[in-house]
Amino acid sequence: MIQARIRKQFAPGPESAAFSLDVDFKAAAGITVLFGPSGAGKTLTLDCVAGFARPDEGRILLDDEILFDGTSGVCLPARARRCGYVFQNYALFPHMTLRQNLEFAVERAPRRERDRKVTEMLEKFHLTEVSGRRPFQLSGGQKQRCSIARALIGSPRLLLLDEPARGLDAPLRAELYSVLRQVRQEFEIPALLVTHDFAECFELGDEMIVLRDGRIVQSGTPRKVFEQPANVDVARMLGIYNLLAVEILGLDPGRNVSRLRYQEFELSGPYLPGRLIGDRVWLCIRPDALSVSPKNGRPALNQIPATLVRAVEKPEGVRLEFANEIAVELARSDFEKYASVKDWVIEFPRNSWRVL
Amino acid sequence: MRYDRSPMQIDWFPLWLSLRVATISTGLALVGGLALAWILANRQFRGKEWLDAAVTLPLVLPPTVLGYYLLVVLGRNSPVGKIYEWLFGEPLVFSWQAAVVAALFHSTPLLVKSARAAFESVDRSYERAARTLGASELRLFWRVTLPLARRSILAAAALAFARSLGDFGVTLMIAGNIPGRTQTVALAIYDAVEGGNGAAARVLVLIISAVALIVLSVANRLTSSPYGPRQAAL
Repeated sequence: MIQARIRKQFAPGPESAAFSLDVDFKAAAGITVLFGPSGAGKTLTLDCVAGFARPDEGRILLDDEILFDGTSGVCLPARARRCGYVFQNYALFPHMTLRQNLEFAVERAPRRERDRKVTEMLEKFHLTEVSGRRPFQLSGGQKQRCSIARALIGSPRLLLLDEPARGLDAPLRAELYSVLRQVRQEFEIPALLVTHDFAECFELGDEMIVLRDGRIVQSGTPRKVFEQPANVDVARMLGIYNLLAVEILGLDPGRNVSRLRYQEFELSGPYLPGRLIGDRVWLCIRPDALSVSPKNGRPALNQIPATLVRAVEKPEGVRLEFANEIAVELARSDFEKYASVKDWVIEFPRNSWRVL
Repeated sequence: MRYDRSPMQIDWFPLWLSLRVATISTGLALVGGLALAWILANRQFRGKEWLDAAVTLPLVLPPTVLGYYLLVVLGRNSPVGKIYEWLFGEPLVFSWQAAVVAALFHSTPLLVKSARAAFESVDRSYERAARTLGASELRLFWRVTLPLARRSILAAAALAFARSLGDFGVTLMIAGNIPGRTQTVALAIYDAVEGGNGAAARVLVLIISAVALIVLSVANRLTSSPYGPRQAAL
């Protein structure tokens, strides 16, 4: 269990704006993803936990040990923190063989135990056959497994991963995910993983923490964040929603109805507690929750006419982008029937959106 | 045209002395220079760039100025000179050991400059990785930083060695030009030319040029990348 409360200020420099990090989180065994755009403070958070950067104030607790405490001035050096760190470029020592890289991490152990541990790790990560090679003679996948094995061999209490999948091609990425899932199962320690790829959060994360401008804007399971983004910033960061600026025209709690205006159209949905008539809010709706049909007569309730700008091919179907900036995803076969149609109506199912 | 006499007339002592002086001074420069370079590369403190400038100063000062300073600091009446004389029973100035000191002031700046750059060029993530794996700063230095910077440092040492071989002015000022005692190759060549012994001068010039050329080519070969094309690209 890791508990961290970290504050760190950076004054503006000649080539950098001022930045302040102010986060407070806990993470239990399993993978906790630190998600956010670049410059959100994800890697800085990791570095503060690892001991590469010193927070201005706060407290970092790992299990029951204080790694850092601003008030009493305790700040353990990185070597005493027992945090395994997987670097983006792997950081395998280029002048050592793969076996020596692993041995370096357990050099203090007695010889027999060291050999046992190294052999065990090499086997677990399928590296036995290449253990005599130097890092530059290894494939990307082997380097990746070696760097994870090296981070874990000293029995750390916490694993830190800095964008391990960045720049990997799809097969390597899939391999990494399966290795990390194996790690999650076999080593019952918390892991903090930094990424800006939302699909990766889903793939690996037990929990996720959404960071923006040095602050935590939402935390919870990836499923929950996906289904209920806390605010429009989070929704925008995930980059998958239609976000429509709407105005509330009417609210009727008795009949559980709200009336919303989007451009010159009206939508009717469930009652919105805690909102007032006249509020301008964001309608957040997934592209696959909308349905479309070719325009045919007058639009009915909750239908908006729209002109197709382009149809983008996606592996899972077709994404239709309309002139009023709404995107809809539908199956390829559904689209092919009407491929030549320009004018459509988009239907907003009554319970398909969230208001932010 | 007058032919010089056979090379049997050449006194080889200056050559051996120069090689000995250069070897010892390079060794000493390695020990002190690496420590200094490590501090400059890894520690933040006030006046750091001043320290770097002071270390580099001997590279640009006229040899007479440097020699003058050293005479003042190491002379028989100075505290350092007195301690040395008390310890070893003879004065430091005008001994071959003084020639080592002179060479040291030429080789150390080169070594510190190159070693600092070499230490700084080691990717920080290797050092961070070593720390997260529980390595102390000392072990990190011996097992990671030094091996990764090794070739650049050896190249720098070769350069420092070549530089030590060639000192003239500072050696002349603090070690003198005593044949058979403190006369290094550079001084011997000067004497030979002045004394009309052209053959001896030519042989020594050729030998010293060849040694320097070999040492420099070794240095160049050392600076090419050791870990294959991938690491070179990093």
